[in-house]
Amino acid sequence: MIRLRGVVKSFGPGRVLDGVDLDIAEGSFVALLGPSGSGKTTLLRLMAGLEQEDSGEITIAGQDARALKPGERKLGFVFQNYALFGHMTVFENIAFGLRVKKRGQRPSEVAIRATVERFLAMMQLEGLGPRLPGQLSGGQRQRVAFARALAVEPRILLLDEPFGALDREVRESLRVSLRKLHDDLGLTTVFVSHDEEEAHALADRVVTLDQGRIAQDSGAYEKA
Amino acid sequence: MRGIGEAQWVRVALVVACAVVMAVMLVLPLVVVFSQALSKGWDFMVAAITEPDAMAAIRLTALVAAIVVPLNTVFGVAAAWCLVRFRFRGRGLLVALIELPFSVSPVVAGMVFVLLFGLQGWFGPFLMRNGVHIIFAVPGVILASLFVTLPFVARQVMPLLAAIGVAEEEAALTLGASGWQMFWRVTLPRIRWALLTGVLLCNARAMGEFGAVAVVSGHIRGLTNTMPLQIEILTNEYNLAAAFAIAALLACLALVTIGLRAVLEWRSRLALALGQQALLVRP
Repeated sequence: MIRLRGVVKSFGPGRVLDGVDLDIAEGSFVALLGPSGSGKTTLLRLMAGLEQEDSGEITIAGQDARALKPGERKLGFVFQNYALFGHMTVFENIAFGLRVKKRGQRPSEVAIRATVERFLAMMQLEGLGPRLPGQLSGGQRQRVAFARALAVEPRILLLDEPFGALDREVRESLRVSLRKLHDDLGLTTVFVSHDEEEAHALADRVVTLDQGRIAQDSGAYEKA
Repeated sequence: MRGIGEAQWVRVALVVACAVVMAVMLVLPLVVVFSQALSKGWDFMVAAITEPDAMAAIRLTALVAAIVVPLNTVFGVAAAWCLVRFRFRGRGLLVALIELPFSVSPVVAGMVFVLLFGLQGWFGPFLMRNGVHIIFAVPGVILASLFVTLPFVARQVMPLLAAIGVAEEEAALTLGASGWQMFWRVTLPRIRWALLTGVLLCNARAMGEFGAVAVVSGHIRGLTNTMPLQIEILTNEYNLAAAFAIAALLACLALVTIGLRAVLEWRSRLALALGQQALLVRP
C-alpha cells in the first residue's frame, strides 16, 4: 500500500531521515516508535505529502507519490494538536473535506449533511455539531479530528501522536475505538508514538526509528 | 475585598490620569477642529467644502485611496504570507526592508520619487519624450501614497500569521483543499480582523498623508491637491474657517473608519452566534 525506498530528508544541516526502506501492507496497523528527533513524524509527513523527500522514492497504492498532492493521496491525517478549524463549527469541520471537492465530485448538501451526521454518530458526538472546537473537551476534539479525517473516506489513516495530550482514561477508550475503526473500515493505519506500551497494545507491527534509520521492525518478516 | 497588586487609590489615579491625557491629546483636538469649522456657521462650512477646488481635492483623495488601499492590501497579504511561511536566504533583510517606509521620513520618500521621475531625474528625460507625467501630476501622488502606506497591512497580518501556525492549513491540504481554497476558507477567516485593521490604517494614512505627497504633487489647485494639501494652502492664506471645514471632513472620515471597524466586528460576532443558533434549531 505504501512503499518507501531509500528515503532521505534533511532540514538545513541536520539529516532527519537517512535512507529508510519500508513496506506497509494494505490493511495493516503500523506504529512508528522512537525518541523525539528520531524522524518518525517526518516520515509520516512525507507519506502525507506535507514534506518533500530529498531523495529516494515513495509509492502509494502503486503510484509515484511525487505526482500526488496531499489531497490526492486518499489519506486522512490526524494532527498532534488536532488542528481543528477554530472558526468553524464541529459540523463544518467534518464537512470541510466534502465541501472542497471539485464541482463534479462534490456531494449534494443533503448528502453532506447525511455523511456528517453519520460520522457524528459513529464518533459519539451527537448534538455537538453546532459547537465550536473551543467549546469541546480534549477527548471530544480528538474524536472530531478523527471524524473530519474519515469523512472523505480515505484508504489510509495517518496519526501523529494522536493521544499525546489526553489523560489516561480518555486515552484508553479512544485506543479501543481507533482499533475498531481500523478493523471496521478496512483502513491502512500508521501512527506515530513515543509510548512503547501503547504502540505494542494497538499495532500489529511496531517499527522503531533511531537517528533517521529503522533500528527495529517487529514485522520484518512481512517483507519476504 | 483586596485585589492583587496596587491599592485602590493607585488604580483610580492611573485611570484618571489616563482619561485626562486622552481627553487633552485625542478628544480636545477633534472638538477644536469641529468648533472652528462651524465658527462661521453651517452654510459657510458647506460652501467651503463644495467650492470647486475643495471638491477636486476630495475627489483626488478618494481616487488615491481607491487605488492605493486595494493594491497594498493584496501586496501586504502576499508579502506577509511569503515572509512568515517560507524560510529563505535574505528573508530577514526583506522583513526589515518592508518597514522602510515607516523609518524613512515621508519628505525623503517624496524626494526619491522626484529624483527618479522628475525632469532632472534618472527617468525624467525618457518620460518627457514619451509624454508621461508623473511628478507634479496625479501618478506621482499615487506612487508616493503607495510607498508610504506599504507596510500597514503586512505589519498587522504577519504576527498573527506566525502565531496561528501552519497546522490548520496543512489539515486543509490533507483534506483535499487547493491552495486557493485553503487561503479563502482557513487562512483568511483567521486573519480577517488583523487584515481589516491593516486596511483601515492604510486607508487613513492614504487619505491623510502630507509630507511625501507635498513633495511630488506641486500643489496645483484643482488638479494635484489632496485634502491635506488643500488644508495647508487655505491655512497659508489665513482662510482658517475654510481650512478647518475640510479638516473636519477629513476627521469625519477617520471617525467613520473607527466606527466601521466596530460595526463590522460586532456584526461578525452576531452572525457567528446566529449561525450557531440556526444550526441548533435544525432537526
